[in-house]
Amino acid sequence: MSEHPIARRWRAIRAEGGGRERRRAALIPYLTAGYPTPATCIAALRLAEAAGADFVEVGVPFSDPLADGPTIQRSTQAALAQGITVARVLELVGEAQLGIPIVIMTYLNPVLAYGVGRFLADAHAAGASGLLLTDFPAGSDSAVEEAVAASPLALIRLIAPTTSDARLAQAVAGARGFIYFISRLGVTGARPDVPPDLGVQVRRIRAVTSLPVAVGFGISTPAQAAAAARVADGVVVGSALVDALRGGAGEPGAGLNVAERLLRDLAAAVRARGNEVPA
Amino acid sequence: MTSPPVESGRFGPYGGRYVPETLMAALEDLTRVYAEAQRDPRFSAELEALLRDYVGRPTPLTDVPRLSAQVGAGVRVLLKREDLNHTGAHKINNTLGQALLAGRMGKRRIIAETGAGQHGVATATVCARFGLECVVYMGEEDMRRQRLNVYRMELMGARVVPVTSGTRTLKDATNEALRDWVTNVTTTHYIIGSVVGPDPFPRIVRDFQAVIGRECRRQVLERCGRLPRTVVACVGGGSNAMGVFAGFLADRDVELVGVEAAGEGLATERHAASLVRGRPGVFHGSLSYLLQDADGQVQPAHSVSAGLDYPGVGPEHAYLKDAGRVLYEAVTDRQALEAFAGLSRLEGILPALESAHAVAWVLGQPGRWQEGEVVVVNLSGRGDKDVALVAELTGAAI
Repeated sequence: MSEHPIARRWRAIRAEGGGRERRRAALIPYLTAGYPTPATCIAALRLAEAAGADFVEVGVPFSDPLADGPTIQRSTQAALAQGITVARVLELVGEAQLGIPIVIMTYLNPVLAYGVGRFLADAHAAGASGLLLTDFPAGSDSAVEEAVAASPLALIRLIAPTTSDARLAQAVAGARGFIYFISRLGVTGARPDVPPDLGVQVRRIRAVTSLPVAVGFGISTPAQAAAAARVADGVVVGSALVDALRGGAGEPGAGLNVAERLLRDLAAAVRARGNEVPA
Repeated sequence: MTSPPVESGRFGPYGGRYVPETLMAALEDLTRVYAEAQRDPRFSAELEALLRDYVGRPTPLTDVPRLSAQVGAGVRVLLKREDLNHTGAHKINNTLGQALLAGRMGKRRIIAETGAGQHGVATATVCARFGLECVVYMGEEDMRRQRLNVYRMELMGARVVPVTSGTRTLKDATNEALRDWVTNVTTTHYIIGSVVGPDPFPRIVRDFQAVIGRECRRQVLERCGRLPRTVVACVGGGSNAMGVFAGFLADRDVELVGVEAAGEGLATERHAASLVRGRPGVFHGSLSYLLQDADGQVQPAHSVSAGLDYPGVGPEHAYLKDAGRVLYEAVTDRQALEAFAGLSRLEGILPALESAHAVAWVLGQPGRWQEGEVVVVNLSGRGDKDVALVAELTGAAI
């Protein structure tokens, strides 16, 4: 069996720098599929790759995004209002023709409605490499967990600051690709700082898995990304990017320009870390 | 047949814990604390005393002869009077129990969602009683429709937060309450108002509401010397129904009927009949019947009754539907409004529009029952909160 695209990308990142001490972190932008428009979304995905993103998360809109803050809520509602469906999202993923791995991020119900087996097959065929489900903690549904495990899609697991030490090992069981650490309690959305105990939390996860650990939730600026990159293997930026794309609603292309500047600054930030060596 | 064991947190395939990982620790904590409370006689003693002295339980079982005459010759209809609880609905049975659990978890901040405001009021009430901070999420649209309940909550010291996302009704208030919980989970207990949400909420809320069914079964036997032929309750999320059904699930000869809101008609898209017209999906933390489109997007519900205006339903109801133990039916806004007027005129009891759905179903079944048979309707709440709306809808000037 050939190496999974996500694992291959991590290996390439590791091979880049001079040894693990100087290893850079990965940049993982999140974009809501079809936002602000399908065409702009495809342009933004390509732009993310060109600007130096290592993976990209593509959000499938859901009517009741209970883990998302106002920014992503607005973007998914806008996408739904334009008639974005699961099938259309997979088309967009295929049309984008990216060279970097794509992780589909959504809530469970749209996947159930599409049909789990059919979704896994079609998402893979469209070029997706991973699946991240917000309301699907480890142990919540063994049938769906087994179906994803048997598919080519890596199941990205979320770990929270509240995940107990007793639960951690179970919570990462069956995870592939990387672990997504939710850097703080709360919903998605920009915050002014990075939690002071981020390093401690990431080390707690490293104790139970050899998978890379990415952090997200509330990271919006290059300075925050640099701070997170010092302790984690990857940094997820979502709401800030979605906001940037919205910025250009009046002028065609203006939002993309703002997003491109942000992506380039973030890509530079994750590459300039003064590295904390993983234990 | 009784409900299945819930070691797995499921009722057959339904239920589960489909929540962000952030909440898993709180659900495990709640599960453990609830299990301890169930084994602790002091817990049940404290709850029973409060239900008696603060809520006014047991609630009466009322014969309604003039309404009965409309249903069929010799048929005896009885109302289980949850409308006579303190705060005017069954909701307080659950909020009292959960407030005691919050105390055991050391959580001093309480959040809740509310549609019509009855659960919000019941939550604000127990928070005042126990000195807990209380934040209630309520859709902006519902706040407008139920201004009086908003003020009642504020009088008792609660903060009512308007929800402006989505459809601005109960489902969005629930989303917002869950977002608050994800953010403040270490200090906050979320008192869910119905038998919905992730495990263990559906069984905790059912257990706290089961006092309705226990009392009701004993009262019917004392009064009539026999079990009822049929027990009827309205179903939105389904807590009053689960509470009264719990007392009769093991009595195989007792027919159980849950009545959903058919809104403007089941042929339209404007209804709230999740069990009658929905299909299984994951929503607000559990797998159950759900009003959704082909793409898995949740569809807005509609009912004249804000308390039934919810696209999901408790997972145990989904199980009982599939098992064939409970019959789920639906009645329209118009039928519910007629029953509201009918019960008011015939018996001097103004039912909540939610409960009027159960009354309407009984009134719509001529010939279903034989002489001497007993029909129990769970009158889950009183109708004072709905008077202004009913006047508006019927064109009456008040």
